[in-house]
Amino acid sequence: MDFQSKFQNSDGQIEPVKPLHDKGLLLPAFLQLKGLVRQHIDNYDYFVDVGIKKILQTNNKILSNADTGFYLKYLDIRVGTPDIEETYSSTRDSTPQECRLRDLTYSAPITVDLQYTRGKQVVIRKDHPLGRIPIMLKSSKCVLRDKTHEELAKVKECMYDPGGYFVVKGVEKVILIQEQISMNRMIVDENRKGSMECAVTSSTHERKSRTSVWLHYRKVYLKHNSLTEDIPVVIILKGMGLSSDQEIIQMVGSSEEIIANMLPSIQEAQEKQMFTRDQCLEYLGQRSKLYKIYLTGWTARSRVDEGKELLREMILTHIPAANLNFKRKAVYLAMMVRRLLSAKKDQYDDKDYYGNKRVELAGDLLGLLFEDLFKTFNYDVKKSVDREIGKKGEQFDVLSIMNPSIITNGTIYAISTGNWNLKRFRMNRSGVTQVLSRLSYISALGIMTRINSLFEKTRKVSGPRALHPSQWGMLCPSDTPEGESCGLIKNLALMTHITTSCEESSLEAFLYNMGVEDVLHLSGAEFSYPFVYTVFLNGQLLGVTRDYRRLVRVLRLTRRSGFLEHFINVFVIEKQKSVFISSDGGRLCRPYIVVEKGCPLVTNEHLISLREEKMSFQDFVQLGLIEYLDVNEEDDSTIALTVDKLTTLTTHMEIEPFTILGICAGLIPFPHHNQSPRNTYQCAMGKQSMGVIAYNYLNRIDTLMYTLVYPQAPLVKTHTLDIINFDKLPAGQNATVAVMSYSGYDIEDAVILNQASVDRGFARCTVYKKFQTAIKRYPNRTLDIINGPHLNEFDKPIYLHQILDVDGIAMPGEKISNRQVLVNKLIPEQITGPPVGNLTSISHKESPLSYKGQTEDMYVDKVLITSSNEDAMIIKTLLRKTRIPEVGDKFSSRHGQKGVCGLIVNQENLPFSESGICPDIVMNPHGFPSRMTVGKLLELLCGKAGVLRGEFAYGTAFIDCKINKVCSQLVEHGFNYHGKDMVTSGTTGEPLEAYIFMGPVYYQKLKHMVIDKMHARSRGPRSLMTRQPTEGRSREGGLRLGEMERDCLIGYGASMLVIERLMISSDSYRVEVCNTCGLFAYSNWCHFCQSSSTISSVNIPYACKLLFQELISMNIVPRLKLVKDTQ
Amino acid sequence: MASLSDIKSKIILSETKVDTKNVHAETGKTFEQYLKDIRVDIKYKTDEEIQFDLIGVDASIANAYRRIMLAEVPIMAIEKVYMMNNTSVMPDDVLAHRMGLIPIKADPRLFNFPAYNEKNQLIVDSNSVLEFELSIKCSHNKAASVGATLPEEKYKNSNVYTRHMKWVPIGDQAQLLGEVKTCQDDILIMKLRPGQEIKMKLHCVKGVGKDHAKFSPVATATYRLLPSIKLLEPITGELARKLQSCFAEGVIGLKTVNNIDVAFVLDARKDTATREVCRHKELKDLVELSRISDHFIFTVESIGVLPAIDIVKESIKILMEKCDYFIGEIAKQT
Repeated sequence: MDFQSKFQNSDGQIEPVKPLHDKGLLLPAFLQLKGLVRQHIDNYDYFVDVGIKKILQTNNKILSNADTGFYLKYLDIRVGTPDIEETYSSTRDSTPQECRLRDLTYSAPITVDLQYTRGKQVVIRKDHPLGRIPIMLKSSKCVLRDKTHEELAKVKECMYDPGGYFVVKGVEKVILIQEQISMNRMIVDENRKGSMECAVTSSTHERKSRTSVWLHYRKVYLKHNSLTEDIPVVIILKGMGLSSDQEIIQMVGSSEEIIANMLPSIQEAQEKQMFTRDQCLEYLGQRSKLYKIYLTGWTARSRVDEGKELLREMILTHIPAANLNFKRKAVYLAMMVRRLLSAKKDQYDDKDYYGNKRVELAGDLLGLLFEDLFKTFNYDVKKSVDREIGKKGEQFDVLSIMNPSIITNGTIYAISTGNWNLKRFRMNRSGVTQVLSRLSYISALGIMTRINSLFEKTRKVSGPRALHPSQWGMLCPSDTPEGESCGLIKNLALMTHITTSCEESSLEAFLYNMGVEDVLHLSGAEFSYPFVYTVFLNGQLLGVTRDYRRLVRVLRLTRRSGFLEHFINVFVIEKQKSVFISSDGGRLCRPYIVVEKGCPLVTNEHLISLREEKMSFQDFVQLGLIEYLDVNEEDDSTIALTVDKLTTLTTHMEIEPFTILGICAGLIPFPHHNQSPRNTYQCAMGKQSMGVIAYNYLNRIDTLMYTLVYPQAPLVKTHTLDIINFDKLPAGQNATVAVMSYSGYDIEDAVILNQASVDRGFARCTVYKKFQTAIKRYPNRTLDIINGPHLNEFDKPIYLHQILDVDGIAMPGEKISNRQVLVNKLIPEQITGPPVGNLTSISHKESPLSYKGQTEDMYVDKVLITSSNEDAMIIKTLLRKTRIPEVGDKFSSRHGQKGVCGLIVNQENLPFSESGICPDIVMNPHGFPSRMTVGKLLELLCGKAGVLRGEFAYGTAFIDCKINKVCSQLVEHGFNYHGKDMVTSGTTGEPLEAYIFMGPVYYQKLKHMVIDKMHARSRGPRSLMTRQPTEGRSREGGLRLGEMERDCLIGYGASMLVIERLMISSDSYRVEVCNTCGLFAYSNWCHFCQSSSTISSVNIPYACKLLFQELISMNIVPRLKLVKDTQ
Repeated sequence: MASLSDIKSKIILSETKVDTKNVHAETGKTFEQYLKDIRVDIKYKTDEEIQFDLIGVDASIANAYRRIMLAEVPIMAIEKVYMMNNTSVMPDDVLAHRMGLIPIKADPRLFNFPAYNEKNQLIVDSNSVLEFELSIKCSHNKAASVGATLPEEKYKNSNVYTRHMKWVPIGDQAQLLGEVKTCQDDILIMKLRPGQEIKMKLHCVKGVGKDHAKFSPVATATYRLLPSIKLLEPITGELARKLQSCFAEGVIGLKTVNNIDVAFVLDARKDTATREVCRHKELKDLVELSRISDHFIFTVESIGVLPAIDIVKESIKILMEKCDYFIGEIAKQT
């Protein structure tokens, strides 16, 4: 059933539309097609398959200044499959898991085919290595691509791992999605001086520049970085070849208003005596900055030529000026002026409108990085060629000087540090990459959908942080951090797709065939005709159309029938009389069901064949039943949320409303009943909850890993939760919660736990910690060694070495306490200098790897001895500890309701219900009124009904759960309609006066546990310089009595306490002072007075003594005047 | 004649709260009278579960039994796990915890509480310790059919059950105790794959539920008060049927009088405090829901170590011991 016949079949009558029951099936089908992190993988694939070849084509030739006969030409470039260099010449396929364990980089070689001259010969060389590039997991080059679950298990990979990240030096790194303002689009806004401007940031492969026209005393000026001053726009226009004022006016616009507004500008050009094109170009040339350095092969030219060059190369670079024909640029500039002049105050373009934003992903960023490195590489080759080619001796071969480490190290450095410093593109970003947080499955997924905005965090403006209506459906409205980066870091919604750029030239040809008239053939007056609309393609002015409705309709129909790329979007701005067509990459879009004449094209029959797997999601798109809309086209469409909202005007319908939420918010049951910030809190907390992180967690050796011993799938699920397989990798447990006060240890959100539940394994978690060391080889041929344990006089290992095996490495299964040694490593005393001949003669010093954990003993789980890339051995020891929940551990439900455990009560003391049910958790009801988390109440009711019926309940967002029915189910099973049970006190044995709201709620154990935070000190380490106690728990530091606390003591008058706290218990030091000169004396002798007659001994803080000495060293004499204490 | 429920003090279940105002401590009764009024009716009894009515005692007494059954009736459970080998995916500590929760069918009354030496090590003797051994290795099943996909078929010993635990008698335990085993032989302890092996020695000791839930002999021991429903006015016709639907099946009966259905209380005991009548305006004021404050319906579910009735008996013994102890203490003081 193709689209055309369907269209003809409908007779214009609107019949009542049947509800689409299984519409929800489309969502898993969509995600199956694309995967959860499709945006990253698609983008990376585009780069390694297409983008890298384009980069090669623009930089495909190296010539030498020294020898004009020399050339090197790149013919083709390929990215191979990931491997590991075993020896110098042989490689072996690698897997991501091997790279993680061995601290290697999961990368593949880039090979090029090249043609170059060797002497007089022309040589063609295939598959020459250019360097290596990290491979994104599950990308087209990755070994995990399209593997079945069993095959994934064979390479020790979790089947639910999303991929989309890199493994660099054993660390999993994600390149975050970066958001920025769209390039090549006009934006009318207020500039810094408070006047109106219309600006365009042009971006092409060669350069990026910003051109703006702005109003200054009613005159229009053009501003550009490469101009020393702002230039009247009329001069530019004339320089571009518009010969007369009439032509200019005609092009800018011939309405009364615009003519009136243009007049001062034209007058100014007149006053400046600028009449001819050459005059204008010369004027421009005089005011151009030293842009010459950017252009290769620059030679001195006339001012006029320079002006031309400026216009061609720097101004509005995204508009081509083939054969120095500036017509397109002139028209575009005129358009900018028209937009500037016709815009009223306060009618600025909305910069925060999401249609004006583009996002950059791993592929784009790697593309920029690779281009920069490739240019550096080529520059290096050229320099070496220039230097080497004339030399006598061996036949010069360019391959010998090609250094692959530039690209290999460059990409590894950038990804592992996150610093994208590309001078060529004036790009200086840090924090582009992040370590993939493996705290829980959700945190790993959450980081993959994160969008980082390039906006400064410190600026106090609300605009970029606010949730903009245009973000509807594209970005999750809930998932954003609190605090300084609130609203700047966003997350993708479930169905959002990010476009990769499609071929422009064929689309351009298509548009011309569709009746778009090329700018070059226009006089300029056409723009003012009432029915003539301007057509833009990716921000480039293409031409005009006389029937824009037809153009738009034809474009959309062609796209739906599959003759155009599905990700081409078109929209109209009536006010600007313009049609915009975009096919560029980085737009956010999402699929919608197409609606024709009030009737969705997707029918129940389609959905049945989808269920029977006769159709895939791609078929729906191919048949034009579903199409992708980007933010701009979405704005131009009428979208119905549900079938009953369909009207004749409706153009599209939502697939599922809950897909406006992201992954993290999708886990919350009944989020539409919660106060909005609560959902935001849960989005942050879900990432800290413990559970199973992946199926392969036992094979991983992470620095820190938390797992829950008995994780459970939540009783109240959501559809999102099913789709992302949270029930397979859950992070929490279903606890029976009694909402009541108990004991007073539950104030301020504290929860009470049931001791029996804890005994039976509730909220029990296992912590894994990694301690790692490397056995290195040094330049002087010496190397680190590992000794067996030191023995005491009874031939037993000393305490610190108690858990060491004879090989000097800890034994798995042993219990280890603070400061005990895991690997008894020794390093040579001397590691530099000439090579040592006799390796047995050198002395070593101890440098053991020891366990640091003051509050907790752990067990050695496993030890990994392996080698990393260099010939260094690495020893990774994994320690394990199972932790039982205790007072002070943090828990949270899925509704942003966090609390610490305040008390653990024996089961017999807890209240019990009619049927003998005892709560696992008692929660204080004061948590509800101010938080307004009604969703939690509903979760409890639905969970209770679900558990009684033996089935999972669903609390998907925006879906009516029919709570009356749920409550009736409770009654059917002998429980109260409102979920409030009659309970009996466990202590008195009498019924409680109140009915208690009781039932199961999914609780998460969060990673914050007291054992990691508890800290106290009596005596302990002091810092070397000041002799004051160290700071911080990790250094076993003291608890600071700060300035404000000191002020309190002084105000109270507790002077002795001040002395005790700030000096005696800190850094008291006895010094001798000479009463005569006031300087320090030593050993009862004043070196200044050469006397011992008047020496006194006093206690001062060591820091004070230090200060005096420092002052003395600066030639400032502090003298102490001592007065006898007269009591 | 006033019914029994009218004489006894009642706890009224109103729409919003449990009203205990009518409950008064019984005064004017002699100790003998009090004793005479106490009644125990066993309603239902198996080894696993017992249900009995305890009538005529104060809530504190009933609760004392409940609390003792939960926390103070001792049973045997695995306390020490000596892990010789564990190459399974389950960490030692988790496995040890799981072993502890397995109910051991051994009569705790035949054992003493464990003793520890000065190094805090368990002193193993036949009067206080039971020893088990679990030694199992998973291997490929050579006899499996070629296309087998189920782990149970493909491998031998892929699932470790409690039946794989072997009792090792200490001293003359074999003669004295007969056979000691786990309460259920099909509790799944863990799963193994070929090459994985566990070998451990397990020591069971006697303990009480307040130390660890594994020593609790009951799945739950609980009671509820006997419901009492009073129809304040005759309820007939449609309303009567509605009333019937507000309660669990068999609570309200209908009889036909003059061709009209009239509701009557058939069996109030079956009511589960749903308080559904309170949601219906027309019925709310016609019915009085209440509980008899000194009629406890006890339910004790054993985990299988002791027969449910023995748990109750033990709890009575323990309470008596406590009373004796207290009486002794008081006597010392005076």
